[in-house]
Amino acid sequence: MDFAFDEQQDELRQTVRQALGREFPTTALRTFHQAGPDDRAALADARWSLLSSLGAPGILVPESAEGLGLSDVDLVGVLEEAGWSALPEPLLETAGLAAPMLAALLPAPPAAAALDALMSGAAPLAVGGIDVGLDGPSSPTTVSADGMLRTPRVVGALRASVFLLACRDLDSGWQLHAVPAAVCTVHPTPALDEARDLSTVQWPLSSDTLLAYGVAAEASVGLMADRGAAGSAAILIGLADRMITMAADYAKERRQFGHPIGSFQAVKHLLADARVKLEFARPATYRAAWSLATAQPTVSRDASMAKAMASDAAELAARVALQVHGAIGYTWECDLQFFMKRTWSLAKAWGDASTHRQLVLAQVLPTRPSTR
Amino acid sequence: MDLTFEPDHEQFRAEARAWLSANVPHEPLPSLDTATGFEAHRRWEARLFEDRWSVVSWPIAYGGRDVGIMEWLVFEEEYYRARAPKRVSQNGIFLLAPTLLDYGTEAQKERFLLPMASGQEIWCQGWSEPDAGSDLAGIRSRAVRNSDDDGWLLSGQKTWASRGAFADWCFGIFRTDPEAERHRGLTYFLIQMDSPGVTVRPIPQIDGETGFAEIFFDNVEVPDHQVLGEVGAGWSVAMSTAGSERGLSLRSPARYTEAAARLVELFDQRGRPALASDAVARAYIDAEAYRLHTYWTATKVARGHKVGAEASCNKIFWSETDVAIHENALALLGPTAELLEAGAPGEWLDGYLFSLAGPIYAGTNEIQRNVVAERLLGLPRA
Repeated sequence: MDFAFDEQQDELRQTVRQALGREFPTTALRTFHQAGPDDRAALADARWSLLSSLGAPGILVPESAEGLGLSDVDLVGVLEEAGWSALPEPLLETAGLAAPMLAALLPAPPAAAALDALMSGAAPLAVGGIDVGLDGPSSPTTVSADGMLRTPRVVGALRASVFLLACRDLDSGWQLHAVPAAVCTVHPTPALDEARDLSTVQWPLSSDTLLAYGVAAEASVGLMADRGAAGSAAILIGLADRMITMAADYAKERRQFGHPIGSFQAVKHLLADARVKLEFARPATYRAAWSLATAQPTVSRDASMAKAMASDAAELAARVALQVHGAIGYTWECDLQFFMKRTWSLAKAWGDASTHRQLVLAQVLPTRPSTR
Repeated sequence: MDLTFEPDHEQFRAEARAWLSANVPHEPLPSLDTATGFEAHRRWEARLFEDRWSVVSWPIAYGGRDVGIMEWLVFEEEYYRARAPKRVSQNGIFLLAPTLLDYGTEAQKERFLLPMASGQEIWCQGWSEPDAGSDLAGIRSRAVRNSDDDGWLLSGQKTWASRGAFADWCFGIFRTDPEAERHRGLTYFLIQMDSPGVTVRPIPQIDGETGFAEIFFDNVEVPDHQVLGEVGAGWSVAMSTAGSERGLSLRSPARYTEAAARLVELFDQRGRPALASDAVARAYIDAEAYRLHTYWTATKVARGHKVGAEASCNKIFWSETDVAIHENALALLGPTAELLEAGAPGEWLDGYLFSLAGPIYAGTNEIQRNVVAERLLGLPRA
């Protein structure tokens, strides 16, 4: 039993924190949000090439395919840092979901081409077509009247050159496709957190883009759903940590009744509750990463447990941080909003807390209900 | 990171499991908060001690096996899994002993640890006073030098002393310098309960049993060699004990994961009511999260890190998880929950009453929240 990160893992996390802190402080986040489309694209390119220079997109890609050859236990700290800095780019979707899936399908040509695009560091991949519900993964992809497929809430579609898309029909089951941007039609979807870059994508179904189908696709989708839950849990942990830190800092500065508001027990206890929830969500999230890295039979349960705890912890942190900031926290001017909006998005993405609690329960109960 | 146990830990687990399954009494012992139950639990401690299972993490010389914190956690998992009796000596072995090992003289360790490990001497805690509960530094019980100048005379009143009704020894803090700043004039004493001048008045708890007591001290003579740590340093010695009480050693995770597993069983037996499922799942997950957090902390401890204010996060979490597990069980039992029947309903009800004390003892959860806010988040003191 050794429940800790090694030096290399700590170092990678520190490197990412310093790089993002230096190149991407909250002022840059604000600039990004207020910029026009062209400036925004330039800022996004700069950030992604920074992350690529650190090897982030290929963390889970084997060294034989030019990746870092590391594991989910290395990735989890990087994702936490992405949350701490409210990174707009779909790092989880690209590095956590697409990269290992594509690497596992090598040397099939569509997978190799998509992985090349990913490893080039030009832009993140767009990923969509998998939701998580009470029955496990499902696909929101539907067939339009013109025979094209239509996938809502695709992440990262505005800048990607390759779209990793899933669909499922009752007869033939799951299919995974790597679709070139050129054949996709992208309709951006306004969302609470603009930086999430969500779109509805129309795409043609073609055997040329097929990565996997049937049992193989189902296994890949299952693993992507687990990684989606565990990875978004890691980002939520980082967000929660940041919001609690911001609120505690504010509570030390802001004075009322002649004292810093942080000296009042009513304020202390709000923040303490958020801190306690974060404290216990953290090891659950790290355990999910370890279970993924070592392909434990309990991986789905462990990912669900992490997502249930991290969603709750981050939503409480957001709620508390807003309350502690008071009216200023309710303004566009206060940076807190960026972190809250990302939290509200991710807390529901890849299955919300109560969905994952049901998924945990389903896995710890005996398969057949006991008779009364 | 490796979340599996090493083969020698698994070997240790197998050995503990075999011993427990051969030795744990088939019938539950009578409540340890009764005179006969107390003695039955004392005999159980002696049985554990005989085969070196009472204090596995202690040095061999004091009756332990000198194993690390991970093996201790493994033992605890097996102990709760076997549904073995409550530990009547817990105040001594889990709270006082770590402090004795850190602050005690060699002579004190020689004198106290073995009889503590064997259950021959059971300890209670003499901290709270009628006017010093959450504000522990406000204690007024005093100690003054005796006329021979080789010891102290203790006077005053302690209350809510768990196991106080039947214990043989008491560890407590007394004010030795009334002039000093509140946290500085305190000293930590080890007191024999049958010393002249000690009067015990058992206090019936809400379940009617006398789990705790008031202790009155009327010029009780205590020799110098029964002072633990420096004279005047009682507060910092006591905080080391409090760290054990709130943090790792008093409430091992197995206690909650076992109760949570039984809660899931009960949920299944009661037909898996949809209304209860979210709360049952939450309680199960929280117990598991507490277990993971413990291994996370134990790894740090094994690498020499001292547990500080994080122990307060722990205390809030385990106590509230314990209440939630039992509340959910009673909700599943519905109208039968009020019955003091032997077996399931009675046990859950018992457990529920016991769990309700958790957010109060070892420093109320409100005090713990202050500690978290001030020491982990750096918020200013009032």
